[in-house]
Amino acid sequence: MVQLTLPKNSRMVTGKTWPKPEGATNLRKFSIYRWSPDDGQNPRVDTYFVDMDDCGPMVLDALIKIKTDIDPTLSFRRSCREGICGSCSMNIGGINTLACIYGMDEVKGDVKIYPLPHMPVVRDLITDLTHFYAQHASIMPWLETETNEPAKEWKQSIEDREKLDGLYECVMCACCSTACPSYWWNGDRYLGPAALLHAYRWIIDSRDEATGERLDDLEDPFKLYRCHTIMNCTKTCPKGLNPAKAIANIKKMMVERAV
Amino acid sequence: MRYLTARKRAIGKGAAHSGTEHHWYMIVSAVGLALIVPTFLYIFGSTLGGTREEVIATLGHPAVAILFGLVLFVGLEHFRKGARTMIEDYSDGLTRKVLIISVTVLSYGLTATGLFAVAKIAI
Repeated sequence: MVQLTLPKNSRMVTGKTWPKPEGATNLRKFSIYRWSPDDGQNPRVDTYFVDMDDCGPMVLDALIKIKTDIDPTLSFRRSCREGICGSCSMNIGGINTLACIYGMDEVKGDVKIYPLPHMPVVRDLITDLTHFYAQHASIMPWLETETNEPAKEWKQSIEDREKLDGLYECVMCACCSTACPSYWWNGDRYLGPAALLHAYRWIIDSRDEATGERLDDLEDPFKLYRCHTIMNCTKTCPKGLNPAKAIANIKKMMVERAV
Repeated sequence: MRYLTARKRAIGKGAAHSGTEHHWYMIVSAVGLALIVPTFLYIFGSTLGGTREEVIATLGHPAVAILFGLVLFVGLEHFRKGARTMIEDYSDGLTRKVLIISVTVLSYGLTATGLFAVAKIAI
């Protein structure tokens, strides 16, 4: 259900401004969301200054620099630092993206960093993705077959394999789902763009034999049809994928088997 | 506090196996309305400022009466289904159910009243 105001204990207050590094001439200001479940305080926005002459070009480089040199309590997820693992997804300058592949030159003015929107926060920039992952698991993200397994491999033509391009690259960073107003308001039942893109990836796979069952499982006013083609998912995807198109294709297949 | 697994929360009550008909109806009715509403507006606009007899004569024409009936029926069905989607988006629980019933009553009521008026003029 729609929530237009934050609960009292989620309203943000001004946080600490950390001292500027000594002798630095090329400074960049970072405003970063902070919240800890341990102190019972409201979330706050801390201000940090980073010497750009002593820092890498990506937002994740600055976050690591802040954690290493200024404030070791700052918490965020990161792993591969090359846009493959999807761990460092966060809201940077109002855009859901991966901090590791988002250049600081893409942000105008101060760099404002918040956790992914409308998700329960575990700590600082870390959100709870349990439900998001469970939704992904619910679409059966694996090959379903009835036919006996072939001796060597499940074969696929080059043309059929090409249908998976633009789908298999999804790293489940949750940027798209958490940019979707429908997912904000009805995320408990609506699967969201990421899970639906993965669902389509298996529906369209020529080797999969559970197409009908997969479509049956998705045919629901909330699971699938909460998508109103707002397109925030496609606009924000840091990997340049098009979840809105995948969802439109699922709807098209639903209509084709009904009409 | 309910100790439900993440899997149970995600699957919920499964799939309702509906929604496609609604989706397809909204597409078809939108295309239909895009064709008939401009014609409706043109005819309705041309009657503005006319005498009662002129207006009755225009609206009493079978083709015009059928067009007006179609606009009322298809338009209000489109409204009912669209408003229901909007209500489902933004509300839940008892509020959702009350609003859906209200919109249904309103749109069926308007359709019946409108069709009665059109029929009374045309017949």
